[in-house]
Amino acid sequence: MKKFLKVAIATMAMMAAPLAGASAKGALEAIKDAGVIKIAVPQDFPPFGTVGTDMQPQGYDIDMAKLIAHDLGVKLEMVPVTTNNRIPYLTTGKVDLVISTLGKNPDREKVIDFTDPYAPFYNGVFGPADITIKGPADLSGHTLGVTRATIEDMELQKIAPKDVDIKRYEDNNATISAFLSGQVEVIATGNVTAAAIIKRNPPRKPEPKFLIKNSPCYVGLNKDEPELKAKVNEIIAASLKDGRLNAISEQWLGNPLPEKF
Amino acid sequence: MAYQFDFGAILPHWKLLLDGVVLTTELAAIGAVAGVGLGILGAWARTARTPVISQLVGVYVELIRNTPFLVQLFFIFFGLPALGIKLSEFQAAALAMVVNLGAYSTEIVRAGIQAIPAGQIEAAQSLAMNRVQIFRYIIIRPALKKIWPALSSQVVIVMLGSSVCSQIAAEELTFAANYIQGMNFRAFEVYFVTTGLYLVMSILLRQILKVFGNFLFERRNHA
Repeated sequence: MKKFLKVAIATMAMMAAPLAGASAKGALEAIKDAGVIKIAVPQDFPPFGTVGTDMQPQGYDIDMAKLIAHDLGVKLEMVPVTTNNRIPYLTTGKVDLVISTLGKNPDREKVIDFTDPYAPFYNGVFGPADITIKGPADLSGHTLGVTRATIEDMELQKIAPKDVDIKRYEDNNATISAFLSGQVEVIATGNVTAAAIIKRNPPRKPEPKFLIKNSPCYVGLNKDEPELKAKVNEIIAASLKDGRLNAISEQWLGNPLPEKF
Repeated sequence: MAYQFDFGAILPHWKLLLDGVVLTTELAAIGAVAGVGLGILGAWARTARTPVISQLVGVYVELIRNTPFLVQLFFIFFGLPALGIKLSEFQAAALAMVVNLGAYSTEIVRAGIQAIPAGQIEAAQSLAMNRVQIFRYIIIRPALKKIWPALSSQVVIVMLGSSVCSQIAAEELTFAANYIQGMNFRAFEVYFVTTGLYLVMSILLRQILKVFGNFLFERRNHA
């Protein structure tokens, strides 16, 4: 038994050796040597990642992956993942980066590392351009639609003034219909829902008024890869500065990036 | 047992439930009065000798009786704004209930009217009563008396049907129940209490209609 254990440990050590070697070299260098970067992207979560009518993947996350590969000067290999397997794909070394609407939380931070945020993901109040609302106090006297018992509903109860006429609908679709038919002036919902409304080119376009709860998306990468993290952060910062990230946001979410992004 | 019952979890929300009961009662009251009124008018028009009017009423009755209440409600609330007719959720709910009960009670009242023997009307005519008098004393009162139980049932059904109005954010009893359930996830307790409230409201409404019927038909007959 002891001997078996020894052999087993030795075998495992040998198998792990190439992995250890790779990380000693640094993931960034390994990617540049290979000339290709493997990025996990969603394909079931519009508008971040879907398959288009031409059978090609498309979406916010896809464009972000392309942008990063382009700036690194390497070829892009996209690996479709689901919400459940995106982190295991990263930790087992099947991909170099995860760009898949990944939010940050303490449990995830124990396992993987995050770069700076690259995409806005938030709940907020949305309304047409002709209504000026800068904060919860400005809501007074307006009618607001929200899907009942959602996070935005609970938060609004705490921050909205008493004289806001809040209409609570059964599901997202009823909230959207109420907004589009003019039954409510503004709605509280997620920016992705707002993007879905904008995509249909409605006469009343929901523009962001103020944030309720923010949890932006981050690029996920393995721990202890400071060079790769610094490089990706650099690319995100650069694309933010030259407007490329804003263009992606306008295209897929229908609205520019929030001001303090 | 795995599930821990906790009816106390509803107590903090009693005001929501009470508001719900009040709104359901308001909707039922408006629906019942205006709906039955519309039904009597409709039945009168449908049995009238002018073919265009009776056919129009026929179209209305068939249209409403052969489509779901929820769809009618959605059409009024979400559909009509496209034509520039914007109703609040209360107006839309009340209108949908009136229109719905109106169609059903038209048929019920029509059945009562047609059950009046022709000889009874001829007798009234031979006594030189005018058309309004005949309709009031000879036709509609005996007709209503005959169909009062059926009409009462329909009113109760429409009152219970108001639960559907929660879908357009009319904050009636079912809306309150759904909302409380969404906040504390106490599905059994919330819907158990709500079921009880509806039961009490239905029984009360039946009693009220019964007493009202007695007042309308029995006592007047003796007077």
